[in-house]
Amino acid sequence: MKNSKKPAILRIIFDFIKSNKILFACAIGCILLTSVGNIAAPLTLQVIVNRLSSWIKEDLCQVNPQILKDIGMNVIILVCCYIVSISAAFAYSQIMAVIGQGYMNTLRKKIFSHMEDLPVKYFDTNDKGDIMSVYLNDVDTVRQLLINSIPEILICTCTFLTAFFIMLFSSLWLTLFVIGGAICMIFASKHIGGHSSRNFIAQQDVIGKEEGYIEEMMNGLKVIKSFCHEKESIEGFDKINKKLNDVSTKATSYANILMPVMGNIGNILYVLVAFVGTILFLTNSINVTLVGVNEITVGVIVSFLPLVRQFTNTVAQVSNQINTIALAIGGSKRICDLLDEEKEVDDGYVTLVRGKYDSNGQIVECNEKEATLWAWKHPHSADQSVTYTLLKGDIRMFDVDFGYVPNKIVLHNVTLYAEPGQKVAFVGATGAGKTTITNLLNRFYDIADGKIRYDGININKISKKDLRQSLGMVLQDTNLFTGTIMDNIRYGKLDATDEECIAAAKLANAHSFIERLPQGYNTVLHNDGSNLSQGQRQLLSIARAAVHNAPVMILDEATSSIDTRTEAIVTKGMDNLMKGRTVFVIAHRLSTIQNSDVIMVLDHGVIIERGSHEDLIAKKGMYYQLYTGAFELE
Amino acid sequence: MSKKVNTGPTYREMLKVFVGSIREYKTSSILSMLFIALETCFECVIPFVMSKLINVMQEVNNTDLLNTVFIYSGILLTLAICSFFCGISAGKLSAKASVGFATNLRRDLFTKISSFSFNNIDKFSISSLVTRQTTDVWYVQNAYMMFIRICLRAPLMLIFSIIMSAIMAPKMSWIFLVTIPILIIILAVIIWKCLPIFFRVFKKYDSLNESIEENVRGIRVVKTYVREEYEKEKFNKRSEDIKKDFVIAERLIGLSNPAMMFSMDISMILIIYFGSMVIVNTTSIVDDEIVTALDIGSLSSLITYGAQILSSLMMISMVFVMLAMSIASIRRIYEVLVEVPTIKSVEGSETEVKDGEIIFKNVSFKYKTEAKKFALKDVNLTIENGQTVGIIGGTGSSKSTLVNLISRFYDTTEGEVIVGGKNVKEYNLESLRNAVSMVLQKNILFSGTIKENLRWGNNSATDEEIVEACKIAQADSFVESFPDKYETRILQGGSNVSGGQKQRLCIARAILKKPKVLIMDDSTSAVDTKTDALIREGLKNTLPNTTKIIIAQRINSVQDADFIIVMEDGKIDGIGTHDELLKNNKVYQEIYEIQNRIGGK
Repeated sequence: MKNSKKPAILRIIFDFIKSNKILFACAIGCILLTSVGNIAAPLTLQVIVNRLSSWIKEDLCQVNPQILKDIGMNVIILVCCYIVSISAAFAYSQIMAVIGQGYMNTLRKKIFSHMEDLPVKYFDTNDKGDIMSVYLNDVDTVRQLLINSIPEILICTCTFLTAFFIMLFSSLWLTLFVIGGAICMIFASKHIGGHSSRNFIAQQDVIGKEEGYIEEMMNGLKVIKSFCHEKESIEGFDKINKKLNDVSTKATSYANILMPVMGNIGNILYVLVAFVGTILFLTNSINVTLVGVNEITVGVIVSFLPLVRQFTNTVAQVSNQINTIALAIGGSKRICDLLDEEKEVDDGYVTLVRGKYDSNGQIVECNEKEATLWAWKHPHSADQSVTYTLLKGDIRMFDVDFGYVPNKIVLHNVTLYAEPGQKVAFVGATGAGKTTITNLLNRFYDIADGKIRYDGININKISKKDLRQSLGMVLQDTNLFTGTIMDNIRYGKLDATDEECIAAAKLANAHSFIERLPQGYNTVLHNDGSNLSQGQRQLLSIARAAVHNAPVMILDEATSSIDTRTEAIVTKGMDNLMKGRTVFVIAHRLSTIQNSDVIMVLDHGVIIERGSHEDLIAKKGMYYQLYTGAFELE
Repeated sequence: MSKKVNTGPTYREMLKVFVGSIREYKTSSILSMLFIALETCFECVIPFVMSKLINVMQEVNNTDLLNTVFIYSGILLTLAICSFFCGISAGKLSAKASVGFATNLRRDLFTKISSFSFNNIDKFSISSLVTRQTTDVWYVQNAYMMFIRICLRAPLMLIFSIIMSAIMAPKMSWIFLVTIPILIIILAVIIWKCLPIFFRVFKKYDSLNESIEENVRGIRVVKTYVREEYEKEKFNKRSEDIKKDFVIAERLIGLSNPAMMFSMDISMILIIYFGSMVIVNTTSIVDDEIVTALDIGSLSSLITYGAQILSSLMMISMVFVMLAMSIASIRRIYEVLVEVPTIKSVEGSETEVKDGEIIFKNVSFKYKTEAKKFALKDVNLTIENGQTVGIIGGTGSSKSTLVNLISRFYDTTEGEVIVGGKNVKEYNLESLRNAVSMVLQKNILFSGTIKENLRWGNNSATDEEIVEACKIAQADSFVESFPDKYETRILQGGSNVSGGQKQRLCIARAILKKPKVLIMDDSTSAVDTKTDALIREGLKNTLPNTTKIIIAQRINSVQDADFIIVMEDGKIDGIGTHDELLKNNKVYQEIYEIQNRIGGK
């Protein structure tokens, strides 16, 4: 779907057609056949009526076999038409259900799969609600369009065109007259539909505001109660609720009056055609038709009138789809915007492989069973050779500069060494750049200037997938997934056995609380584990990192929202986890980081102090102030 | 609606509650139904007159033609214009009525929720309270509009069409006896089969969306563990699964159109064939006059009425589906509307809180009556006016529960809480809560300026008073450092001030109330120890007559209090000064030890 020249809605429609060309063609065919019934019925009826009236007038009501036979024949033709049109309607409804829902499935998968490949930057810069709205609302507008509106519009177009040609065969003048009426209807629908769409869009905006207000007030409900502020909050609500009422009433009114207006313009047109036709007949005007010139008769007018009704009905029905189309235009635009976002590029060629030492003490690649170690496989394009480097967890940054937006540098000249097994801590206020450093290590963002080396390899050469595989992370937001506790721990290593997961849980000190849950490891978590306490969730995310078993760990404010006594338990789990690994710790509680090998104090993206806890205390600088509580960290 | 007794409330009970929210929109609801009824009548008459027009055009001789057409056109034009105005009025009125109803409903919900006690609030989750006021109300609004627009229209059209066709061709009425049941049976089967599938698929769809949300929120975790492909696979599987259900449902729904055509076509064929037969068999010319049981014009009218009968059945089935779909929303809204606030102010109760003396007499408390375990058990406590009291204890030791009883956020299960010499139940709620100012643990600033937020404490506070309160709370200095000072806008959720700043603003807001009792529930956790000490000192000096209760994690936040309460597992484990507790309270010693081993001074 990469063609930004075409409007989004057309891209989606073409993509839909391409998704199953044959079935779509069949559906179109069936839709065409369906309209045959819509046309055949009034025509046959007309033939029968004409035959009957001529029978009354000319045969003077003499019952003869001919009339019965004629009627019988016509009814049989009608039955045949109906059988065709019902079967066709049946077929297309079934085909549309299959290809429509099939395409919705494809589209959902396409959006999701594309989204998963987008860089973290996309998620940091876009509102989560907006991303969700693509799935919750926009996909649905497209569904409405594809499954309901398109067939409806196709049928109407067929009926419209057929009625149009038959009208041309009857009378050009009257047809022109009807066309004039249809133009009026189109204008009316454009006017009303335009008002309606505009107000619906405005309504969307107010709904967003009102939802925001309700959410804020519901979250602050207890504060409101404690300040007896109920009255004020209701007043604020009333204001916005009234606004919504006004705009919503307008939007709905316009949508509601569209059909009566269209229907009655149709009725008036009918009357006018009858009237004008009569005058043409009485003035003996010349009637021009597609097949020649003749005289207008009452018969012509009488057979013309039902066509007028059919014609205006289809125009009204199509105009009824205006809102759906307007919504789908907006929805498909947002869908295409998401699909047009650049995917995260992974051009690293150094990969992580399992290996062992051969008899010469060299690292060689081997299968999972014999493996004793992990190694970086580094192919050299110059001489086609491959070197293997042991994965140790040695990380060095040299003069790293970085900014999230080009002109705003948030990290200046950061240089640091973390040797295998060392614990490096970052301390500093919010926005000092602690998390930014970790974002660079796993290449959620790429550095602007400087170098980062991992076991001596430039991390830009390492495939992102393997780089991240070698880093474990425990974040402040635990982000658990719907599923059992076991599934959540196994997230760290998909082929981990139950025993491995339980061992990891024991390591993280999570085993005992899990055992106490009624369903133990099979307890199903919902909604980011909302049925667990914050501390328990934290322990699970530590267990998840433990089963992942990476040589380098990043702990970003992993214990910040836990009280001191719970933290003591969590810390034990963390200490177990940190043994023998290179660890980067970010914490605003200094107790967590005291025993680090190196502590870096960051201020506005610059490392202003570094050294061990004792060094820094002796220095009596910023860290000392923080430690003694003379300064506040946020 | 039937009165079928369900496990929940009966439909009649629910209906009664909802009708109560229509209020001023009753007139527009009724008027719109009236206009719709009129419009329906016009809509039914118009095709009848049209067929008459066709009829007469074929019968009269040319000289009378213009006259006849003129008369009929005039009638039709009048009818069309009437129907036009009825349609527009009905459209506007029904929009006004249904949107207004929804507006009232939202207001009723919001007002009701505002009157909830903490107990009521705990019963619902915050996100479900939001959904009930937004999405659920939308469903009800649409169902209501559908209802007032169709509940008269469809039956009227049905009855009118049946009567008209019976009058025009009594001998042909039996045709509808064939086609109506056919359609009803087909529609009933489709609805009966479809609804369960839809309910199932909607649930699955919700859970699919939930998992998308997890991915959006937890993208860092997904990427860190390189689980993009795994997540895609998981998603694809669920999406395929949903597709299967959706295809079945959509195919069933798709059947309704051919089914409708089927019944319509059958009635067409029957009408045309038997109608023609009736005409052929009964028409004769007597004295140059055509005598017949069924004239030709009536034949086409009959067809129109047949179509109307069937489409009105279609509409009725749609209303039914719509109501069935929104019944879950209706139920959820109903639950909130009939929830009875567990704590209410008694009329004419005491409005003056004498002083900040607090007494707990044999107080026990549990959150739910059916709960086995008491959250607080046998608490006896006396705090004198003006004292500073610290409360310390682990998570889940019911520290917050204890103080929540003072401002009557919850009522005691046993025993009584006495503030200023009177049981808290004897006070007017607003007076009590204004006298007992509470800085909650999960504190929140609202979108608006800093000044507006602070005025929550006291609407009529002067600028000087605000600055004064901020100085006590150690907030003045950082507020002054903002470019817009006290006019700085706080974003939703207070995301543009740091945690420590937020806490200090919340304290200032509470001080502005000039309370008799000031309770700070872990409200300086993000404030550094030095500032924390300054705040406590400021409170001591400026509010000597206010009883101050401080819940804290850090021992140094409470160690200079008049006495400290150590809570453990819903009971008071020890009361005493810092030194006393260090000597004789195990829990206190343990906390002290952890905190001095790691972290704080």
